Amino acid sequence: MKRTRLQSALVGIGVTLVMVVILLPGLWIMLTAFRPNVEVMARPPVWIPTLTLENFAAMLGLRPDVGLGQPVGHYIRNSLIVSLTSTLLALAIGTAGGYAFARHRFRAKGALFIGLMLTRTIPGVALSLPLFILWSRLGLIDTLPGLILVYLALNVPFTIWLTDGFFRQVPVELAQAARIDGATGWQAFWAVEFPLARAGLASAAIFAFLTSWNEYALASQLTRSVASKTLTVGLMDYTSQFTIDWVGMCALALIIIVPAFALTFIVQRHLIAGLTFGGVKG
Amino acid sequence: MRRARWAVPLFLLLPAFVVIAAVVLLPLAVSFLSSFTAYNMTRPSSLYRWIGWRNYRRLLEDATFWWAFGRTVVFLTVALNLELLLGLGLAMLIAQVTRGQRLLRTVLMFPMMFSPVLVGFQFNFLLNDNVGLLDNTLLQLGLIRQPIAWLVNGATANLSILAGEVWMSTSVFAILLLAGLLALPRDPIEAARVDGCNAWQTFRYITLPFLMPFIYIAMTIRSLDVGRAYDMVRIMTNGGPAGRTELVWTLMATTGFQNAQMGSANAMAYLSIILSIAFTFYFARKLSAARVALGEAA
Repeated sequence: MKRTRLQSALVGIGVTLVMVVILLPGLWIMLTAFRPNVEVMARPPVWIPTLTLENFAAMLGLRPDVGLGQPVGHYIRNSLIVSLTSTLLALAIGTAGGYAFARHRFRAKGALFIGLMLTRTIPGVALSLPLFILWSRLGLIDTLPGLILVYLALNVPFTIWLTDGFFRQVPVELAQAARIDGATGWQAFWAVEFPLARAGLASAAIFAFLTSWNEYALASQLTRSVASKTLTVGLMDYTSQFTIDWVGMCALALIIIVPAFALTFIVQRHLIAGLTFGGVKG
Repeated sequence: MRRARWAVPLFLLLPAFVVIAAVVLLPLAVSFLSSFTAYNMTRPSSLYRWIGWRNYRRLLEDATFWWAFGRTVVFLTVALNLELLLGLGLAMLIAQVTRGQRLLRTVLMFPMMFSPVLVGFQFNFLLNDNVGLLDNTLLQLGLIRQPIAWLVNGATANLSILAGEVWMSTSVFAILLLAGLLALPRDPIEAARVDGCNAWQTFRYITLPFLMPFIYIAMTIRSLDVGRAYDMVRIMTNGGPAGRTELVWTLMATTGFQNAQMGSANAMAYLSIILSIAFTFYFARKLSAARVALGEAA
């Protein structure tokens, strides 16, 4: 089909508009993280930005004139520990489960699969109410293991779904050939099927990491102090009843976005393939 | 023989079931039981005061709850449909682009990496009447005289939340539908054109049926995490002004944690869980039906 000049121009304009809407809000936050507070609060607004690192200095408590700073080091540490641990465990448990669904036939398989997915449907807030009751009795409130366990359960169903899809893409004949050559079931899995599904597993891992890294509803109720508060919860430190420290929040937001940003770029192609494949070729 | 066939998958799936049982099923049972008690967190012994259906009966008579519940259903319906339409349009637009398509797909992933709480903060900041980019721009262009407090007025606050939700989730649809469009076989389209179908007919009778499974996958994936809108609303309005943006999720958090009425909040949680599962179940059923239809056609 031949496209006229006008059509091409319209497509170009449409794409540009969409990209502005998608990119502008986030980029504005990132820019504001590097702007001085007086400039952001100025009215009439200042349009030409001055760039400075003073918001980050204030966050670290290096500017006594502005405030005491935030325990952002603790938040980063907690976020990293919770996200990494829950991701690794979810990957181990989820890969085993996904492999079982992809390679084995057993009774009530379809129902079990849907049942697992439905547990993921439960809104975080709804789950946070009984978890709060239980965790406070078990002494798991405001502890890292308590939060890790919760995120693990959040990530296992989706990891199973993704790995199930990735293992289906690996021809079953490869493992069978290895078995004929004398490999055990475990050897066939570990030496043949696992390496072939590795790219997919990596994207499942990054997806699990992002889910934990970005989670707020559960963390906001199950954490109390620097012992376990994560970055997303720490964002609320900058709001009080009547004032909001906009530049401080933008600086912290930048710290939350950057790792998520980097990881999403690495994973993007595999993730889309995994989602569509796992879904269509049931 | 049957036992042996069960043994391996059972062993492989056991850790997953243990985790889910401990962190999801057990709390759900606690939630269910406590929704029949007068549990108030300030009086721990009240957890054992059984009051039957009273929490539920009171909720069903409570106008505040019904407003929040109704608003949640309307919010989800409008948001999901809008995201689907915009996502479909966006996917078809990007499919037209010949150069730089990969870059565009990468840009599409941008909102997906934002934590919902960050999306809320971001819109809070953009729409603020003192420092917000939107009001500042409109003022400078002379389009308005006074700054508009978007999040302080009930109607505009609801629209703002909807805008945040659409910004956050349209990409999911666009990316998955674009994957579907790129996998579209060329032959039927060529054949349709030879047979004299116009663009609309080609879309309606060839492209759209082929895309249906992708639409249902996107809907199913989206319906899995509708509850994350809570994070966004929590930071944007927290249900205010005067409860005008209250969704069932913000209402239950306020009831349970701020007012300590855990029994009543758990009853609300149960009703919201049923709502979420109904949404997901509906789309999952559609998905498997579409999959069967596609398999038969191929």
